[in-house]
Amino acid sequence: MREGEHISPGTRIAGYRVEEKLRNSGMAVLYRVAAPDAEADCLLKVPKLGFGSHPACSSGFDAEQMILGRIASSHVPRLLASGEEDFGPYLIIERIVGKSLADFAQQAPLAVEEVARLGAALASAVHELHRQEVVHHDIKPSHVYYRENGQVVLIDFGLAFHGQLPDLVAAESDRPLGTPAYMSPEVIAGGRGDPRSDIFSLGVILYLLATGELPFGSPTSNRHLRRRLYCDPLPPRCIRPELPEWLQEIILHCLEIRGGDRCATAAQVADDLAHPQQVMLSQRGRCLARAGPWVVLGRWLKSISAAAPPRRIPSGQLARAPQVLVAIDLDYRNEMLMQALRDATGRLIAGEPHWRLTCVTVMEPSMLTEQDDHSEITQALHLQYLVELRHWAQPLVQRLGLPQEQLRFHVLPGGGAAEMLIDYARAVHADHIVMGARGNSSLRRYLGSVSSHVVAEAPCSVTVVRPPRA
Amino acid sequence: MKIALLADTHSNLEALLACLAHAKREGAGMYAFLGDLVGYGADPVACLAVMAKYADGGALLVRGNHDEAALGGLSEHMNPIAREAIYWTRGQLGVGERAFLSALPMTGRLGDLFLVHASASKPESWPYVAGRNQAELCMNASDAGLCVVGHVHHQLLYWSAKPGPRRATAAVQSFAPTPGVSIPLSRSRRWLAIAGSVGQPRDGNNAAAYTLFDSEQRLLTFFRVPYDHHAAARKIIAAGLPDLLATQLLRGE
Repeated sequence: MREGEHISPGTRIAGYRVEEKLRNSGMAVLYRVAAPDAEADCLLKVPKLGFGSHPACSSGFDAEQMILGRIASSHVPRLLASGEEDFGPYLIIERIVGKSLADFAQQAPLAVEEVARLGAALASAVHELHRQEVVHHDIKPSHVYYRENGQVVLIDFGLAFHGQLPDLVAAESDRPLGTPAYMSPEVIAGGRGDPRSDIFSLGVILYLLATGELPFGSPTSNRHLRRRLYCDPLPPRCIRPELPEWLQEIILHCLEIRGGDRCATAAQVADDLAHPQQVMLSQRGRCLARAGPWVVLGRWLKSISAAAPPRRIPSGQLARAPQVLVAIDLDYRNEMLMQALRDATGRLIAGEPHWRLTCVTVMEPSMLTEQDDHSEITQALHLQYLVELRHWAQPLVQRLGLPQEQLRFHVLPGGGAAEMLIDYARAVHADHIVMGARGNSSLRRYLGSVSSHVVAEAPCSVTVVRPPRA
Repeated sequence: MKIALLADTHSNLEALLACLAHAKREGAGMYAFLGDLVGYGADPVACLAVMAKYADGGALLVRGNHDEAALGGLSEHMNPIAREAIYWTRGQLGVGERAFLSALPMTGRLGDLFLVHASASKPESWPYVAGRNQAELCMNASDAGLCVVGHVHHQLLYWSAKPGPRRATAAVQSFAPTPGVSIPLSRSRRWLAIAGSVGQPRDGNNAAAYTLFDSEQRLLTFFRVPYDHHAAARKIIAAGLPDLLATQLLRGE
């Protein structure tokens, strides 16, 4: 018997009082502990390191301690204390109160709106990790919790990868690391550190929530697992014909075999799930059968001769897929400024293949009054704004040959333009905002400068564009 | 305690002072010089004077192969340019400097830290830790949690699991660190850091290199410090040392 498995209630560790043993999993023992100020319960995690324990217990524990300590985000449990006692090393982390995604998954298939809501919150959290150089590598329903406010918390970083820290986990094993049902093809082939591997797991979760079935089952043999390198899953609409095409489009986009064919960032997945009407449908969304035998044979031939996937750095992948927000004031009619905005935007996305460009405008509050809210004229206005946004983007699309599926258009409801833009930029994980300076318009005199407010408060880089002076 | 680990200074005063100033800003409270204090550069006497002052303040120093050669030890295995620099250096050293160099120990120990110029395994034959096999030999030769070496001029971090009941040996892994990003060193593993060269970086980046270890938090941070490499190169040319030594400083290789 190892001592770490039997810590008696009442023992004090780093000031925390042990209350009860919660779980004894293969890798670690979990206790519920009370904080010194007794404000909330916390978790004490003691890895199994003694004789006979799996080597992955030690590396998983080290990786979790190292990486959890590095992430500054409300999407992971807070690391409260760590150290060594006579029973060995331990971690004390925040105990997440909320529902696990595994609870939701048991009810699957879920309503489409519920799938989109749960999925978008998860994708948003995953993107936040990727931005901080971390790939989780073991995203599955039991590792996802929803706080009461709907925010996602990801737990268990025992297999995680950090782009700037030594990869302690990979060193321990020659076999693919992860949960077979959720593992991406490149992870099965031995890859680590590609954020798109998490996007694949996200696709598996969406598939499960939408259809109630796992797209690849739960393979137990290596041979069965390797089928994922060349076989695609049954399209979700074959299982549930009433699913909308856009949802199948998003799910299968996440489940593409080649990382390069997948949705480029988790932020784009979240964006698509939040704004399904903007998802451009392709064969992926419409198809009702798997790929034909010749396609599969071709992939199989490729898979047996493919080199091991290169080690990747999360930020490197994200840098190639910037989320650019262009804020356009459609009521400030100045063609010189509009052209300058197009030029600046074109320069920003040049050379980055997986960018996503969202053209956004804010409806002036003065356009909306109480009585014509939801009236025909409001809807016509909304539509008019969308049409004008597309019209703004048209010369850019033509000149640079931009693919339509990477463009999005969005009209924000009235209110403080700057606050609306900043909130929206935060929600879609914008990497860059491009906006015009309104010069000496009367609006500016009344409202102050929107751009200076955005520059001061935005969560990302902001380029403020002025037209060339005559 | 934050310990600054400075290897392969090679008589480069500008680089040495830049790294010491950087380490001071980072809050270093202890200093260790990991050998090859002289050789190549034009300021052996001035560098030794700086390091002697730090030694009086408690700094730890170990001996490198260039230090031994400058005292009259074997230099035949060195390349012709290194040898020419050694002959030049011998002419610069006075009685005091020679006594200082000959008093240097081969290895040093600071708590859980083992310090040596080349490798903990056979340090007197100056092997290069140039791969996982050499790294494993070095780690096996000491019981320290962290071994820090110089000699090889590229910053690199090796690690392996501690031998336990389930395994006699564990595979050694290596990791190319990102400058300025601190790496937590778990106690359940053995670590070997190559500190990088203060005075003669050779990886195509002409900034000086050193490493800082926070022994309480067990955080290791590799740093690159830009310095006035033009001044150091000019002095090499003015001293009549081979031109190549100056261009190496400019290019960083």
